[in-house]
Amino acid sequence: MSAAEEVVAEGNEAVEAVPKRAMTLGTGTSLVVLLLLIAVPLFAKNFVIFQLTQLLYLGLAVLALNILTGGSGQFSLGQSAFYGIGAYVTAVMMEQFNIPYFLCLPVAAVVCFGAGFLFGQPALRLSGVYLALATFALATAMPQLLKLNFLEHWTGGVQGLVVTKPDAPFGLPMGQDMWLYYFTLVVVLAIYIFSVNLLRSRSGRAFMAIRDNEIAASAMGVNVALYKTLAFGVSAGITGVAGGLSAIAVQFVAPDSFTITLAIQLFLGMVVGGVGWLPGSIVGAAFIIFVPNIAEGISKGLSGAVFGVLLFLVIYLVPHGARQVAILGQQLVGKLRKN
Amino acid sequence: MPAVTGKLAAASLALALIAVATSTASAQKKYDTGATDTEIKVGNIMPYSGPASAYGIIGRTEAAYFKKINEEGGINGRKINYISYDDAYSPPKTVEQARKLVESDEVLFIFNSLGTPPNSAIHKYMNSKKVPQLFVATGATKWNDPQNFPWTMGWQPNYQSETQIYAKWLLKNKPDAKIAVLYQNDDYGKDYVKGLKDGLGAKAASMIVAEESYETSEPTIDNHIVKLKSTGADVFMNITTPKFAAQAIKKVAEIGWKPLHFLNNVSASVGSVMKPAGFENGQDVISADYLKDVSDPEWANDAGMKDFLAFMGKYFPEGDKLDKGTIVGYAVAQTLVQVLKQCGDDLTHENIMKQAASLKDFRTEALLPGVKINTSPTDFAPISQLQLEKFKGEKWELFGDVISADVGG
Repeated sequence: MSAAEEVVAEGNEAVEAVPKRAMTLGTGTSLVVLLLLIAVPLFAKNFVIFQLTQLLYLGLAVLALNILTGGSGQFSLGQSAFYGIGAYVTAVMMEQFNIPYFLCLPVAAVVCFGAGFLFGQPALRLSGVYLALATFALATAMPQLLKLNFLEHWTGGVQGLVVTKPDAPFGLPMGQDMWLYYFTLVVVLAIYIFSVNLLRSRSGRAFMAIRDNEIAASAMGVNVALYKTLAFGVSAGITGVAGGLSAIAVQFVAPDSFTITLAIQLFLGMVVGGVGWLPGSIVGAAFIIFVPNIAEGISKGLSGAVFGVLLFLVIYLVPHGARQVAILGQQLVGKLRKN
Repeated sequence: MPAVTGKLAAASLALALIAVATSTASAQKKYDTGATDTEIKVGNIMPYSGPASAYGIIGRTEAAYFKKINEEGGINGRKINYISYDDAYSPPKTVEQARKLVESDEVLFIFNSLGTPPNSAIHKYMNSKKVPQLFVATGATKWNDPQNFPWTMGWQPNYQSETQIYAKWLLKNKPDAKIAVLYQNDDYGKDYVKGLKDGLGAKAASMIVAEESYETSEPTIDNHIVKLKSTGADVFMNITTPKFAAQAIKKVAEIGWKPLHFLNNVSASVGSVMKPAGFENGQDVISADYLKDVSDPEWANDAGMKDFLAFMGKYFPEGDKLDKGTIVGYAVAQTLVQVLKQCGDDLTHENIMKQAASLKDFRTEALLPGVKINTSPTDFAPISQLQLEKFKGEKWELFGDVISADVGG
């Protein structure tokens, strides 16, 4: 984490450092968050640890969408499809071929990168709402593709596939849930650092140039087609890892787990967390996990309506999501210091 | 160390006191987390939102029924604390809610969680935690597997037993039948087909002349019907969900095919299938049922039906009496109350499963006359009897005897 922050800090000399810095947290804040993420499970019940694990891998999926939309400016409502592919690749490899879980995740990443890259090709001709529609089609098709007869031998068809939860290795004295949490934390941190670096690299600048003005970007020599599909591939690959982690944590994959609802939730998470602000992904994930539960607690029959009202309040009060809250907080702290 | 011995002493003293207070050995109180002297915590997971939200009414009926039980003094002096969560029919959410119920709310067991994919998602979890997953609300046959999953039990007749019953009837009354099967291409459809083949036994290969499957994504199944007619079959086994069932009934009449038409119980609804298909097209279609139909005038003066209507009027007036979900929720809640009564003061996970597996000829009056609930340590399928019914005029008419078939998963 600190390594990433240093690298980002170095980026200060570049003129366009503002958007890049705005995409991450300050070093101090990141350390506090990291410490919290490490410490909390030690004092929490297994169920809470499971929820935190959910928070991490959904946060990862939101982060992937953030790279695509916040980074390269392309919309996707089809993230659930890549998430599903990642989950299925992991589950099938673990259960049908007895491959250890930590080897399955890179494969899921590669498969999804490929799928995303390929899907990025037709997406090149589309932009804005049309691209959103095309990806929407992908998300709608995915549950049915997973039910296909000739795949049933591996995927278990509609019945889904039960996944065995891994035990902590080396005889570490921790439960399955806790081990999985720390494993997920390491994977998510690694990908977070990778993403931060990616966005401050040459490729990241190309993404953002395309986002800001496609014609200007190509005039500057950016290969628009390549970078657009690349953004799709990277985003899909990370989403695939998130899906794989979800399969291990939930211990079950079924076509009904990867419907369009999931894609919309991820999209929601990104908006609530703040488009283009990577740390917001975790906040967005927290929103899509916990707020429906709160809404249900307020009214069972009207949980959907309550959720809608809460969402409306967030969008109305802080249209830029968690990012705006963070900036407000920063300004407040700055003022206090001056006084 | 002294503190520990102190606690131990206190605990043994408490135990001794309990032993004194309850004079007979049989009345000894035993609890797992979720049960106390005053309360039994029951967990439930329902799709209150999402694509299957129509089934949410089952959970609401159950809540109303437990409210009635509590107002009448509870079960053996204990009130039921019914905690029901929404999973929107999404398996990962089901896992989250099940874990919340078991690990955070600490319920004694999970009761009547709905849907095959959601229950599959928590099947292994519940069994590894050894917390009962009791009377799941799905007809898949795999819930009847006490050998491998001793903590899970179904309730409604499973899909395989229904087609087994049709097969039995056919072997007896129409042994030379040429059967054409149309089924939905998923676990539900395949379960039904398996039951049919098992029921026909060695004759399955010769009697079934055609099998067609359809996907729920197909806009119409007309082409399948035409194809099945062309095989010259004289029995049509219609294993479809309501929308497609209505299409099939209509199309069969339209192309002048006159087979003996069997319609699975899933779609044996007057309102959502027979009426849209046209009553004139649905005459003499055969189906099977195990519950009393609220709209059937035959039960107008039936005591069991009157009880149900009185309950609905007092505790769940906003619920739709004609929705099959309400009478299902009512009947399954009654079955649970019976199990908890049998448990007495021994409210442990083991005893709950033991009592659930020793229901003998139990009846709730929502069931058709003659249908009885029987379970045993090797039979985790509570209801395995159905009665055939034929569509006449604008309603179903029961005929023949109650037929049973027990199938394991």
